[in-house]
Amino acid sequence: MDAAWMDLGYVLSAALFIFGLKKLGHPRTAPRGNAYGALGMLVAVLTTVGKMGIDGGIEWSLIVAGLVLGGGIGYIMAVRVEMTGMPEMVALFNGFGGAASALVALSETWRWLENSTLMPSAGLELQVAVLAAGLSALVGWVTLTGSLLAMFKLKGGFKLFWAGPWIKTPTWGPSWLNGVKVLLLVAAFGIIGAQLSDPTNTSLLWAILAISCLLGVVLVLPIGGADMPVVVSLLNSLSGIAAAFTGFIIGNSVLIVAGSLVGASGLILTFIMCKAMNRTLSNVLFTSFGGSEKESVTRTKVGSDPDEVAMMIDGAQKVIIVPGYGMAVSQCQHQVKEFADLLADKFDTEVKYAIHPVAGRMPGHMNVLLAEANVPYEQLIEMDEINSEFPDADVALVIGANDTTNPAARGDTGPLAGMPILDVDLARTIVIVKRSLSVGYAGVDNDLFYMDKTMMLFGDGKKMMTDLNNAIKES
Amino acid sequence: MTPEALIASITLFVLSIFLGFELITKVPATLHTPLMSGANAISGISVVGALLGANVAYEGGQTLVSGLLAFVALTLAMINVVGGFAVTNRMLSMIAGKKRGGA
Repeated sequence: MDAAWMDLGYVLSAALFIFGLKKLGHPRTAPRGNAYGALGMLVAVLTTVGKMGIDGGIEWSLIVAGLVLGGGIGYIMAVRVEMTGMPEMVALFNGFGGAASALVALSETWRWLENSTLMPSAGLELQVAVLAAGLSALVGWVTLTGSLLAMFKLKGGFKLFWAGPWIKTPTWGPSWLNGVKVLLLVAAFGIIGAQLSDPTNTSLLWAILAISCLLGVVLVLPIGGADMPVVVSLLNSLSGIAAAFTGFIIGNSVLIVAGSLVGASGLILTFIMCKAMNRTLSNVLFTSFGGSEKESVTRTKVGSDPDEVAMMIDGAQKVIIVPGYGMAVSQCQHQVKEFADLLADKFDTEVKYAIHPVAGRMPGHMNVLLAEANVPYEQLIEMDEINSEFPDADVALVIGANDTTNPAARGDTGPLAGMPILDVDLARTIVIVKRSLSVGYAGVDNDLFYMDKTMMLFGDGKKMMTDLNNAIKES
Repeated sequence: MTPEALIASITLFVLSIFLGFELITKVPATLHTPLMSGANAISGISVVGALLGANVAYEGGQTLVSGLLAFVALTLAMINVVGGFAVTNRMLSMIAGKKRGGA
């Protein structure tokens, strides 16, 4: 059989990826969608191995070693990670994907350099290969360093030399850094241009690697807090694009199809997230978030204690829980679920959860955390649906959410203007669990805290929720 | 790559990008994290390129250095693929499992 027919396997694999992505978009079919994606990958690998077998034999040593080593490490990491560490893990895997594409490009280029008979013949063939290799390296290395930095930002910091001091990941971005980004990008394209006329020059190869790694760091360094998910999503898109460019080098259809599918999907997701936060992509990328313009808090508010809140909540008919970033940080989702169960048992209260599209560190982050705590999926209500229910709610309990509830977003001015928010201020009573009155990532003071019907529980989410639950049990 | 093959590749590239846009526009926000993670696993497709490069017998002329580079690529891509699909499955089994299980 002609090995070219084996490419039909890639068509099957591409179809499985398309079905997989489609099914991942619906709650009921999502697990099947993921299985289709995995099956597509298996088909792609088997097709490749079959093709190599027919074409010219296989030297198994490196292949088996790589498959077993990578697969084993990936599986162990995936089963051992805490659900709360999910966003970091996605960022890390994403960086590995980008690096893999760039390394394949480098390996392919190295082959020509060491063995000039394998070099694509001069003219179009060589130009396409060099251009694709350059772009794949640029996008791939940017993805690697950008994702690694994003991972450490999501973690909040890192330990120096394992046992050393905890170093906080910096967020730093003076406006002149934007000039550096543009300069690095222009330099990268300049080097790719130079490679086209001098394809055997290895110093150009290293130059593009160095510049791209630096660009990834500089790109992510100024971005912080609530903007991190947007960046991780953008990097996810880039890792797909890198794979597609690699497909152009080795002339492989499934790399091009799967890579551009992921590139497009990641980009769409990025735009959806930007829209929900009322920010534009260029805003996220070129303005250091919440840098210097934070409003200082001048007003004060007397805090309440859990016993008061427990008394007020006694007999409530309907309670809406509004989780945010703070719930993820203090990991109090189990206490939140216990609170909801207590209310349902004791007062037969109707409890719902209001999920803002950008609550937490990633879209859907709240869903995953609450699902881990066994909260039924039906109780998680999206913003557009739940907003009409706030006026009927006896109590809205806000846990570590700030900007997503700030009424200032309804105005025409300020950083939050126009961002869709949860109408928490319409509930009859508001309870807010938060460490302090400090501003959120947008740097805007929140009027919600100072309303007469608002009770503030100042403290760590986990401790406050535990105290509140105990107070309710005793009442 | 011949001009014909190049045109075919560019066609695939452009059409797949359009297809990707259409596929994703209809996804509810609640599934964005699993979707991002699943799509991320699919971007590990460069495992195919890494396999070709790590096979030092293939097409002749793979050198030790290029083979080793591809081996590292293969390992990283496999971490991305296996880890990505496994972690997505874990997330989804929680969400969907609770839904089916009911009370």
